[in-house]
Amino acid sequence: MANRIEKSIELKASVSRVWRALTDHREFGEWFRVKLDGPFVPGQISRGHITYPGYEHVKWEVVVQKMEPERLFSFTWHPYCVDPKIDYSKETPTLVEFRLKKTASGTLLLLTESGFDKIPSERRLEAFRMNDGGWTEQMKNIEGYVAQRP
Amino acid sequence: MSGRRQARAPIFAALGDETRLSLVAKLCGGQPRSISQLTEGSKLTRQAITKHLRVLERAEIVRSVRSGRETLFRFDPEPIEEMKKYLDLVSRQWDQALSRLRSFVEG
Repeated sequence: MANRIEKSIELKASVSRVWRALTDHREFGEWFRVKLDGPFVPGQISRGHITYPGYEHVKWEVVVQKMEPERLFSFTWHPYCVDPKIDYSKETPTLVEFRLKKTASGTLLLLTESGFDKIPSERRLEAFRMNDGGWTEQMKNIEGYVAQRP
Repeated sequence: MSGRRQARAPIFAALGDETRLSLVAKLCGGQPRSISQLTEGSKLTRQAITKHLRVLERAEIVRSVRSGRETLFRFDPEPIEEMKKYLDLVSRQWDQALSRLRSFVEG
């Protein structure tokens, strides 16, 4: 069983455009749906809050790891910290990496999230129960929103 | 609360071993088996097999039950299914986030 998530997506936009969408904190917030307090700086904590309707109580807090211009952007975080009563900070975070490669038609974006073997199994179940059902509906709302504002 | 969570061994670590995977393969048919039965055909000692079974038990992938003088082990599919569901959920979220990124940069 894989203990990481891997995604690849081909984007019809230049590497520098995709890099900006990933690393400019305002642009990142637009598509990720999070309001960030300030710019991303390697080695520093990025704070903010989720802007999904119904999830505004959820804080965003990640530690920026690497920013190698137009190549690699990475951060560590605690996925699904949706319950304000639980202190997730003692858990080992997962590592999220965005890698960019120039292609003939634009940019290949490779996303990996690794380190799931360190998350307590009880929390995995809890996170699943909390989000199942709700997310599907949320995602429809977001897709509608984005379609109106390309 | 946090103590209870930390006491649970990670599933991936438990499955990241050839011997333990083969034990799970033997048990996942549903039939409980004794340590002797599970040691049969293996190059490992009964003691080594027991140690591996205890690792699987701590991750709650297998459960042990006493049957007379013997300890029987049986497979519990729930932790693995739960893990898979969780990863599927995170995976779906990334699909959605990346599709929003696409609209954002291609628009």
